[in-house]
Formats: sequence, C-alpha cells, structure tokens
Amino acid sequence: MADYVLETKNLGITFGGLKAAQDVNIKISKNQIYGLVGPNGAGKTTIFNMLTGVYTPTSGTFFLNGEELKGKSQETINHKGIARTFQNIRLFNNMSVIRNVLVGLSNQPEFKCGLFTSIFRLPKHFRTEKAMRDKAKELLKIFDLYEERNNLSCNLPYGKQRKLEIARALATNPKLLLLDEPAAGMNPNETADLMDTIRLIRDKFDITVLLIEHDMKFVSGLCDEITVLNFGTVLAQGDTKTALNDPEVIKAYIGG
Amino acid sequence: MQQFCEQLLNGLNLGSVYALIALGYTMVYGIAKMLNFAHGDIIMVGGYTIYVFMNMTGHPLIAVAVAVVFCVLLGITIEKVAYKPLRGASPLAVLITAIGVSYLLQSLAQIVFGSAPKMVKIADMGVLKIGSLKIQNYTLLTLACSIVVMIALTLFVKFTKIGRAMLATSEDKAATQLMGINVNNVITVTFAIGSALAALAGLFYLLKAPSISNTFGSMPGIKAFTAAVIGGIGSIPGAMLGGILLGIVECISYKIPAIAAYTDAIEFLILIVILLVKPTGILGKRRSEKV
Repeated sequence: MADYVLETKNLGITFGGLKAAQDVNIKISKNQIYGLVGPNGAGKTTIFNMLTGVYTPTSGTFFLNGEELKGKSQETINHKGIARTFQNIRLFNNMSVIRNVLVGLSNQPEFKCGLFTSIFRLPKHFRTEKAMRDKAKELLKIFDLYEERNNLSCNLPYGKQRKLEIARALATNPKLLLLDEPAAGMNPNETADLMDTIRLIRDKFDITVLLIEHDMKFVSGLCDEITVLNFGTVLAQGDTKTALNDPEVIKAYIGG
Repeated sequence: MQQFCEQLLNGLNLGSVYALIALGYTMVYGIAKMLNFAHGDIIMVGGYTIYVFMNMTGHPLIAVAVAVVFCVLLGITIEKVAYKPLRGASPLAVLITAIGVSYLLQSLAQIVFGSAPKMVKIADMGVLKIGSLKIQNYTLLTLACSIVVMIALTLFVKFTKIGRAMLATSEDKAATQLMGINVNNVITVTFAIGSALAALAGLFYLLKAPSISNTFGSMPGIKAFTAAVIGGIGSIPGAMLGGILLGIVECISYKIPAIAAYTDAIEFLILIVILLVKPTGILGKRRSEKV
C-alpha cells in the first residue's frame, strides 16, 4: 500500500440524494504528474475537497503514503503533506506577495517559535523570522515573483497570481500537491511556461502532483496517467493517450 | 483656550480607552466574523477583579495583573463554551448568544457583588501643572499605556507568525486552514488579546471614575462598538482612530452647556452620518464578494 503516494479506495460522497462522486479508485506513484479530467460538474473539485478535508467522504477512504487521512481536519491533512490551489484564485488579496508565502510557511516545525518568544521579541523570534523570509524569497525566485515581493497580491497579473498560489501551497512543504485548473485563463505562452514550472518543482521539491485541467494539450503534454470522471464516476483510467482516446471518453466530451 | 486644551486631553484619555475596547470588537469581528456583545462586560469583570484584589492586597499592580489574566481566561472560556459550538451557524444565532453571555455576566456580577455601586480606590496620582494648565496624572498614564499597547499590537499583527495567521484568517478562513493553520487557535488568541485589552480599559475607566456596578461595561462597550464601526469594523487602525475621535467629541461636547445634554445623541449621530457617507467606515475597505 505504501508504494503509492496517494491511494483512494471507493471514495465517494453524496449531498442529499446527489452522488457527487462514487467509487473513485485512484493510485498515484511517487513523483508522478497525474491528471484528473472530465466535463464540468463531473466531481473533480469535489474530490479535491475530500482529499483536503473540506468535505468528509461519505463512503470509501484515502491514504497518503499508506496513512489513512479520511476524517482528519484540514490543517492536519495539510501537515501530513497535502497542499492545494484553487479553481478561482484565493490569495490573501490585501497582503503582500511575500506575506502570502510566509503564511504558508507558518506551521512548519523548523520555524516553530512560541507565542511567548514572539511577544517578548527574544532573539529566537528574529532568527526564525529571518529564516522564514529567506525561505520565502527562495520560493519566490523559483516562480519569478521575487521582484514583486512587496506588492499587494491583488495587483499581480492573473498568471502571476496563479503562480503565487502554487508558491504558497509549496511553502507548506507538501508531499502531494493538488492543482485545480492551474492553466485556466492563461495564454499559450504562459501555459507552456507553467508546464515547465510544474515539472521543475516536481523534481526540485521531490513531490507528486495531482492536477485538474480542461486544456487537453496541457494534460497530454504533462501527465503520465489520468483518470477521466463523468457524473461522479470513473469513466476511464490509465495511460494518458489511451484514456483520452477511449470511445466512452470521447462520447462524454463531444456528446452523441 | 486653556479649557479647550484640558478637554482635548480628557478627550484623548477617554478616546484611548474607547480605542482599547474598540480594538477587541474589531479584531474579533475581523477574524471570527462575529460581534461579541459580551465584550463590554469583560470590562466590568476586569473592574470587579481589580476591586477585589485591591481590597485583598492593596497593590494596584498585582490587582491589574490578576485582572488581565482573569479576563484572558474568561474570554477564552466564553469563546470555547459559547461561540465555538456555533462556528458555521447563522450570524444571528451567534449574535443572540453573545447578548445572552452579556446578560449572564451582568447577572452573575449582581449576584456576587449586589446592585449597589462599589467605590474602587486604586491610587491617588496627583495633578501635573504646566503654567495654568492642570493635567491629571492618570490621563498621562492612560495615554502612555494605550500608545504603547497599540504600537505593540500593530507590530505583533504585522511581524509575527500568529499575527500573519490572524490577517490571513480574516481574509479567507478556508484557504488559511488549507495552508495548515489551525484557525481555532487563531480565534482563541484573538479573544485572549481582546479580553486583555478590555481589562486594561476597565482599569483606565476606574482611574477616571472610581465607581463600579454590574452595568459598568455597557455604555463604554456600546460607545467603543460605535467607534469601531465609525473607524471601519475589522480595521485595527480604524478602531484606534474611531475611538479617539469619539472620545474627543464626547469631552468637548460635555463642556458646551448648550449641547451637553445631547452628547450621546451627537456621538450616535456621527455614526449615522458616517454610515450614510461611507458605509464601510472611515478606514474600512470595501470587500467584493467573489462567487
């Protein structure tokens, strides 16, 4: 079981009578870039919400590196190593770029520093703050956001806001990074750039990526394997090319 | 002119007390998205604690320290017992609970201390004379302490981890949780800070008017809430500005015989006018709701 970074077993959730997702089985190996695709309303974001603890699954369960995380709180799941970005960007708009990243760094054990130390501004407080800032700057450099670090995040152009969201999620030191439509609203150049960035962070931070995306070029260029969802159930699964050419998948997308 | 200066100082004094209380309202509103109407009664509890420990020990510093600790513990307990179970409930339910807590505290105080006002002698601090200008020393103490506390709070929120977590929570609670921050802890710290400030406000209020009853905190509470809304609820500098503004208006208006009787009405009128002109308050930011 521990061979997989993420393994879901018959994961499902119902809202009232609506089965938003059912019997979803996904297995993701270490350092894979895995895609989750499907028409609107197929249940992709719902699955992200279950994996991050926003919703508690009503059936089935999921494991991160063999450890069951179903029913854990959002912050516990984050500590265990799942971080995410959002479909509609949810940065802390009135905070500067670097502070957004600092919030992500907050709860890491290496930056532990008690309330007492902070209130009385003991030397340790300043050491920790300095270490956090250095780490944040390092992250911002990777995403080409260093120059803008003191701007308010709401003043960044759209593509950079998306990047900042990824940087903030990475700051929580995840093992598995969930990206919800990272390329939405980007132009072809930005998309190509983003593909390189995702590969780069996969290698540099030694993480595994699960992403939702509608841009099929993006998915087939980046993902090793995918799961196709429709109306909350798995339609096809496996190697990206094969799954995308599955007649059921083509039918769901194009209709007929 | 001399009287104007004295009233201005009195206004600053009263205003900084309002500001301390308003900070509690505004921080809790910004972070927990609720109006803590029991906040005024924390001041009353702080005042009675000072009264009890002044009688027991006679040391003002000990009494104040105990009052701050007691109010912090009380604030945290109220949050855990009364408000935490209602996280995610409708705002109206939380509001009514807060009003309930307020009456509970007032009634408990009445049972314990009776309804007759008690005199609290803390310390006679004397008067400072500059030329013909007379300044009460407690005014200077109140001003100095408030300024230090407000600067410390601003630095705390801006430059510490928990402060940043507070700002993040006030912007987007769900996203903050997903960044691995325990939002419940953040809310607890907020209540603790707000209650400590309320205890200090209780002290400064008693220095001004050394008599306490079980409704001691109601009027300052309402005034400070008004101040928080005038300044822009949720905004820390806004609460300070609103508090000081309201304090100055109140003191000056009291000394003008023609309008002295309408002082409270004038203060609330300012609130109405500001809400009409700028519904978010002076320093409040308009927040667009995203879907």
